[in-house]
Amino acid sequence: MTKVSSLTKPKKIDRGTLISIVLICAVYVLAFVLEQVMPSTSMLFTVLKKGATYALVAVSMNLLNGFTGLFSLGQAGFMLIGAYTYAIFTIPVAQRLSVYQYYNGGLVQFSLPVIVAVALAGLFAAFFAFLIGLPVLRLKSDYLAIATLGFAEIIRAIFQWDKIGILTNGSNLLRLFPTFTDFNIRDADGNVVLYLSTLVPFLITGVCVAFIVLLINSSYGRAFKAMRDDETAAEAMGINLARHKMLAFCTSWFFAGVGGAMLAMYANSVQAKSFTTAMTYEILLMVVIGGIGSVTGSVFSSFLFVACSEWWLRFLDQEQVWGGWKVPLLRNGFRLVVFSLIIMMVVLFFRKGIMGTRELPDLFRKRVKKTGKESAKR
Amino acid sequence: MFSTVLPYLLSGISVGGQYALIAIGYTMVYGILRLINFAHGDVFMVAGILMVYITANGAPLYVAIPLVLVVTAVIGFTIERVAYKPLRSAPRMSIMISAIGVSYTLQNLVLYITGGLNQFYPSIPFISETITIGGASTRMVTIVTPILTLVLVVLLVLLINHTKIGMAMRAVSKDFETSRLMGIKINSVISVTFVIGSFLAAVGSVLYFTNYTTVIQTSGNMPGLKAFVAAVFGGIGSVPGAVVGAFIIGICENLLKGLDTILIKAGISTSMFGFTTFSDAFTFALLIIILIVKPTGLFGEKQTEKV
Amino acid sequence: MSANVLHLDNITMQFGGVVAVNNVSLDVNEGEIVALIGPNGAGKTTVFNVITGVYAPTNGRVTLRGKVIAEDHPRGKMRKLYTGGHMYEYHHTVNNTPDKITKMGMARTFQNIRLFKSMTVFENVLVAKHMNLKANYLSSALHINVREEAQMREDTMELLRIVGLAEQRDEIATSLPYGQQRRLEIARALSTNPSMLLLDEPAAGMNPQETEDLSAFIRDIKDRFSLTVLLIEHDMNLVMDISDRIYVLNFGALIANGTPAEIQSNPDVITAYLGVSEE
Repeated sequence: MTKVSSLTKPKKIDRGTLISIVLICAVYVLAFVLEQVMPSTSMLFTVLKKGATYALVAVSMNLLNGFTGLFSLGQAGFMLIGAYTYAIFTIPVAQRLSVYQYYNGGLVQFSLPVIVAVALAGLFAAFFAFLIGLPVLRLKSDYLAIATLGFAEIIRAIFQWDKIGILTNGSNLLRLFPTFTDFNIRDADGNVVLYLSTLVPFLITGVCVAFIVLLINSSYGRAFKAMRDDETAAEAMGINLARHKMLAFCTSWFFAGVGGAMLAMYANSVQAKSFTTAMTYEILLMVVIGGIGSVTGSVFSSFLFVACSEWWLRFLDQEQVWGGWKVPLLRNGFRLVVFSLIIMMVVLFFRKGIMGTRELPDLFRKRVKKTGKESAKR
Repeated sequence: MFSTVLPYLLSGISVGGQYALIAIGYTMVYGILRLINFAHGDVFMVAGILMVYITANGAPLYVAIPLVLVVTAVIGFTIERVAYKPLRSAPRMSIMISAIGVSYTLQNLVLYITGGLNQFYPSIPFISETITIGGASTRMVTIVTPILTLVLVVLLVLLINHTKIGMAMRAVSKDFETSRLMGIKINSVISVTFVIGSFLAAVGSVLYFTNYTTVIQTSGNMPGLKAFVAAVFGGIGSVPGAVVGAFIIGICENLLKGLDTILIKAGISTSMFGFTTFSDAFTFALLIIILIVKPTGLFGEKQTEKV
Repeated sequence: MSANVLHLDNITMQFGGVVAVNNVSLDVNEGEIVALIGPNGAGKTTVFNVITGVYAPTNGRVTLRGKVIAEDHPRGKMRKLYTGGHMYEYHHTVNNTPDKITKMGMARTFQNIRLFKSMTVFENVLVAKHMNLKANYLSSALHINVREEAQMREDTMELLRIVGLAEQRDEIATSLPYGQQRRLEIARALSTNPSMLLLDEPAAGMNPQETEDLSAFIRDIKDRFSLTVLLIEHDMNLVMDISDRIYVLNFGALIANGTPAEIQSNPDVITAYLGVSEE
């Protein structure tokens, strides 16, 4: 067998990991290059930008639901907090009067750099997660789901409340804050010299997902997995459940907040009403399709999901006439129906999702004796 | 003063009864399968849509109403067979996800069929007539609902406590595995539960949409969630608990909606505080409070886990 | 007479109307192997659960090396009230959650094996070291604590070698044969660097040969790691073979205690296990 010394080093960069890293870098380079050469209005970039945003949110949900076993449905609420935090703190001072037209320019009269605002978005979300976690983390799994769902709805109601409109603009939308396209570098005439609007979300997501991956493979990550597998045993092994659940909770929602900020940057406007439970359900479904317990799976399925719903299945929504015969069923909304049915199939027949619990490097590793992993039922 | 509060009280009782009919479905399914049937609210919505389409196709009400009730029960049955039964041995999370998937599918189906346009519920004679009670103008449905709800609940409780199938249901919800080993036909019990739950939800939909006459694909969300909260509040697994919880939520929610007006009329406040926005959030606040203070609900029993 | 490690003082545990443990007092001293035996349902695992903080006792006190670790004695409550100066402890009687108990040096195994099913053999033992992690959350998450991780991994490997599971390090824990799973659970408990080990039916489901190996194994790790051991067991061969003293429980109450020889000939014990003879 292998010698002691090689076992004490942290896992060597093996073939699988190396190929994965190279592949990921290639994707980044490709996305960057494509944006310079293809027309910026191409659907591809919509998919890439929105995909990157949802990828982060899906991975953060997977961290909580999949790796720590805390089934929660509050995603939309924390994305909302993140999106609003970002928007409120980055609307240029000069524009505030027109955005907050019913509230005299609003309470916040300064604006912060984007990076700071994005970090703040995460921190606020994590802070609210802490507050909400205090009562809620004691609950059993189904009740935790409903309680977090309830809190998301309460948050949504609060953000639409008139009385704090000076901060949130009430039920009006927030706009005119920096978006992804604002990152494009322009020359003196206003023409774009360098397209960065896709690279930026990729970078943000990349950094965040990298952190999450490192976390999962750290001692704390193992503790989270232990809690998921058997809380009683984990506690008996010295893991303080309350503290660790809170850590997982706040970390996951921190990234949901960042994802919310990214969503704001993608959508150009932010409105509390659009952060519905349907959004949380969609993210959950993305996680399930990708494989609960696989970061790679969540990333893949987010892009897949967005690509299908925004782009590839679009044709199902258009009326088609083939040789004088009107194809039945195809009209607006059909794509979502097909989509839902595909999801149901995955949920019923492919419960492990695309990746199961494997990660990208596993795809490139030689088939090791896998009796354990395959026979282990989740 | 009373005349200001009365209309809100009345609508509260009315909607409370409608929530109760939905809540029963949640509580019974949870009691037996430990599943939060996320799709139940959407079944309620589908019942509403069915009514719209059946009557639009010319069917008279005395045909349409029974048809809607029966078809909804069949839909509930089918959903259980197709989406939940295959996952009975899977971890709990899988079946909850399936329920979410069904909810998503139903909403998208209805969105597709209706094109996202508001559908208008047909007016049902007698219950949609306007009447006046104590100076407040309301509809007949406000009286019919609580009465009908109570009648149905009494019948259900009688069924649960005095029939063989009811006994089987009670046994299964106490101990799933042992019941199966004792020869109780689990599949039948579960199917009956879903059929009853969906049937009651359909009744609820007839009453509900007579009041709030527009139906769209998201119409089931809020009533569904609130009914679920009611079930938890009353003690999940307990039918009387769900009913009591539903009435409390219905009444409080409506009083909250009218609280601004009431406070102004009573001279306590001079401007709108904006309570209406919170009437929905109130239900969730109530949920969280009950989960923290007494998770087993008003009528629930504490359950211990063996280490 | 060696120092006292664990002392149970009139522990009573009541669940609703059921008295699972009735006024049980016992002692475990340094370096001893003490066994707790009795028919099924006698309350043995409940005693374990009280000791490890899973349940708070209805009455009585548990001390570990003289320090009270679990208590629900009225006197205890009053003591907190009048001591003053510790206002934040005011509303609790002394009760520790299982993780705190483990941090104090008492590790346990479970009657129904509770391994972490999605993790490998290696990871199961490694995660037990998490409670002793010196790095904070962020340092650990960002893998800054390279040396500490390496040390933890090396210690884990060493432990696996000692218990004889080094070859299976990358297998999923629950894919191991039953006997090895039990050994893995013990290894996992050892990984927390305990001074006292609580074993709940470690020989359950084992054949005589495996039980004999387990006997030797327990004695070996006890010496190697200087442990004190309290075990619940049904297998009399194992119990008589390795125990220094035995406590016998029946219907939640202690009916006998003493050396193996004394217990074997104790008439109350025989009655409890075999019923009253018809003669």
